[in-house]
Amino acid sequence: MTTDTAKQVSAARASSRDAITANLREYGLIIALIAIMLFFQYMTNGVLFRPVNLTNIVLQNSYIVVMALGMLLVIVAGHIDLSVGSVAGFIGAAAAVLMVDYGFNPFIAALLCIALGAVIGGVQGYFVAYMKIPSFIVTLAGMLVFKGLLLWLLGGRSLGPFPVEFQMLSAGFIPDFIGPWTIVEPALNANGRPNPGTGIVLHATTLIIGLIIVALMLYFALQSRRNRESHGYEAEPFGFFALKNAVIAIIVLFLMYKFASYKGLPNVLIVMGVLIAGFVFLTKRMTFGRRIYAMGGNIKAASLSGIMTERLTFYVFSIMGALAGLAGLIYAARLNQATPKAGVGMELDVIAAVFVGGASAMGGIGEVAGAVIGAFIMGVMNNGMGIMGINIDWQQVIKGLVLLGAVAFDLYNKKKA
Amino acid sequence: MSDNILEMRGITKVFPGVKALENVNLKVKRGEIHAICGENGAGKSTLMKVLSGVYPYGSYDGEIHYEGKECRFTGIHDSEKLGIVIIHQELALVPMLSIAENMFLGNEQAKGGIISWGKTRRRARELLQKVGLREDPDTLITNIGTGKQQLVEIAKALAKDVKLLILDEPTASLSEKDSQALLDLLLEFKTQGMTSIMISHKLNEIKRIADQITVIRDGQSIETMDREHVTEDRIVTSMVGRALENRYPHRSPKIGETMFELRNWSVHHPLHPERQVIKNVNLNVRKGEVVGIAGLMGAGRTELAMSVFGKSYGVNISGEVLLHGKKVDTSTVGKAVKAGLAYATEDRKIYGLNLIDHIKHNVTVANLSGVSNNGVIDDMRELKVANEYRAKTNIRSSSVYQITGNLSGGNQQKVVLSKWLFADPDVLILDEPTRGIDVGAKYEIYTIINKLAADGKAILMISSEMPELLGICDRIYVLNEGRIVGEMNAADASQEKIMRAIVRGEARGEQLEAAQ
Repeated sequence: MTTDTAKQVSAARASSRDAITANLREYGLIIALIAIMLFFQYMTNGVLFRPVNLTNIVLQNSYIVVMALGMLLVIVAGHIDLSVGSVAGFIGAAAAVLMVDYGFNPFIAALLCIALGAVIGGVQGYFVAYMKIPSFIVTLAGMLVFKGLLLWLLGGRSLGPFPVEFQMLSAGFIPDFIGPWTIVEPALNANGRPNPGTGIVLHATTLIIGLIIVALMLYFALQSRRNRESHGYEAEPFGFFALKNAVIAIIVLFLMYKFASYKGLPNVLIVMGVLIAGFVFLTKRMTFGRRIYAMGGNIKAASLSGIMTERLTFYVFSIMGALAGLAGLIYAARLNQATPKAGVGMELDVIAAVFVGGASAMGGIGEVAGAVIGAFIMGVMNNGMGIMGINIDWQQVIKGLVLLGAVAFDLYNKKKA
Repeated sequence: MSDNILEMRGITKVFPGVKALENVNLKVKRGEIHAICGENGAGKSTLMKVLSGVYPYGSYDGEIHYEGKECRFTGIHDSEKLGIVIIHQELALVPMLSIAENMFLGNEQAKGGIISWGKTRRRARELLQKVGLREDPDTLITNIGTGKQQLVEIAKALAKDVKLLILDEPTASLSEKDSQALLDLLLEFKTQGMTSIMISHKLNEIKRIADQITVIRDGQSIETMDREHVTEDRIVTSMVGRALENRYPHRSPKIGETMFELRNWSVHHPLHPERQVIKNVNLNVRKGEVVGIAGLMGAGRTELAMSVFGKSYGVNISGEVLLHGKKVDTSTVGKAVKAGLAYATEDRKIYGLNLIDHIKHNVTVANLSGVSNNGVIDDMRELKVANEYRAKTNIRSSSVYQITGNLSGGNQQKVVLSKWLFADPDVLILDEPTRGIDVGAKYEIYTIINKLAADGKAILMISSEMPELLGICDRIYVLNEGRIVGEMNAADASQEKIMRAIVRGEARGEQLEAAQ
């Protein structure tokens, strides 16, 4: 082997090693989430992993996850949005007024509401991007404005219930097209109905979807690996690759099995899944996403590289607004009413999720997967502590310390590297 | 007591994956000016950070002996207590505080936590006088120029009873005049018995003031020379490890038709719109030609370039930009890039790079459409491009995934160049492309410039170093106070000629203004 090729090989090795280290953080987060889940599984005597509870965790956190996706973009862009809770509450109320008071078609009303959210985000984005007012101030103002408008719109009452179709957004599950698979017949009670908690009846469609997801995931992972190799770049070591994908596949199948043994996949999980996939693609593969990172990393260099930073900021806030709107709908559908208290403090949970997920407050750094896992870490802690009967006061203290600890641990690691 | 105020023995400092320093030895005599030079990434700044305690004891191997005692600094506070003060290349001043406040930052003239402003101002005035800066101590830092800011930094060091003053490239961003004043000041301190260590790339400055010179290469101390035995050639040879025959690579220009033209270009100051910064500039660059813009600090060179490139500077801009003889719209950076213009900034850290991201993303950011289809980035194509330009411009890094903030100045500059090369412009404006980088890396940058010209690009290069302009340009415009005051072929140009054009221009400009 000539020294030249030896150099190339070692450079390629170094590059794959760099790529692995770059992703270590995300693996660390997943491991932390699993550890927290196992901890509460133990502390709650096995309640946490019960199918009904796992489904609950998804339902309880769906709107936080949805907003965390937008907040990740906002924070990576170097900004913050404090208004999302108020906007979500306001949009939920607007949806209630449209559907309950004026009898709008739920589907049309929902689209109008998401569009309204985008407009609200866009207006705030305009002030941030073009008027150069710090986002903290603009969105603090927005938070007050929309909290006020929410109260005005509802006039102190709670408005509901929503049409059944709309409730399905948060309360519904995907239909079982293939039909339930009964593995173990449930015991019947005196009325001839199956006793809950007995027997194993699986939601077949959910299981099949799970298998399809795993198959697709493995296919794409292999494809990308082969693609790397065909271009002469060394991919991560095969053992590591296989282990990583096997673990992910097992987790996905395990969760799908759990969902299947309750009522199947919640509709809102499908919405979330599609959005998460979309945002991963947007941040990792699209020029739009790349430009947000470039802008957050160094806005002057970005604009001197031809990136239209103002327009980009405007879009980012518009997306955030639309997602806050969607989250407001999910929340309202879950409660089956719009309340004057909706959305209060939600922005803090969303921002906490993004920071626990490893985003930098200075902008330019952060991953969609991290934000989603961050949201679930906080969500699982809420859920687990709730089941354990820990008082709400101490729950807050613990969550605050976890946020601080997560970020401190992260910085400590970075310093060491 | 030995006559060495400082001895560093066998210093080794390892970063993950990189050995930044290996067994470095440094001896500094009491009362001398000791210069440290070396290529970018050689480890000079790292060595100074070890000395000043930025990298605490335990994070490196080796011993530091200061005033005959072994020192184990845990932080910058420990070293400052002993009178070792470092002035970094990037000045550490707070722009919105006054000169006096900055001078006593962290060292306030206070009793029981209550600041005595009278004492602060009195001492500030004393120290300012010592460094020869005639400014009111209450003036805000943001209102004085870089040269004066550098003097404030030195006054700040004096306020700490400095015995060993370390200056990291103190003249990198200073004009010729300010540099001379600063060097004179260091010589004066020497007569008062202060010891200084100066890191510098500028060989003429080193030769002028240094008593001893230590050369560092690839993290190792190569040799220490006395001033009697020093020649520029010897320093250069020692720094690059080979004799550098010619500091400017040879080129045989093939110059074609006019490619880029600026007509009646005028620009006004963004904050004071009544002030005209660029006055009716006309210039052109031909295909395959390297054209220089010479001028003193504040002549308006960067302002000229940035106003052309997407109106990134100034207001009330008037005039025409022509490419290939056709008028083009360069009113936004995007349009300018699309038209075939590129501008590599003089300040790569602030305007050039995303320092928290890696090389790959920095190289492609100005031309993402070149690695994407319909807004979707092709990972493999991007990686290939990044690797190709990394090789082309000879960026030294572990891979394209190295964070640009961790690269040395010369390598960062190569990333900036790569970014613009990949955007494939016809006209490349290079603003101080070799600022703050060493001789070896400069040669590499010149080679890249020559290759671009040979490929038929038009290159407009701004530089404060006249020998550099004379060495690599075909033609030179002289800019003074926003006006073109001279144009000459490099073959007939000389430093004296350029200076004469500036002086004459100044006289003529005064006449013009008097006539108005």
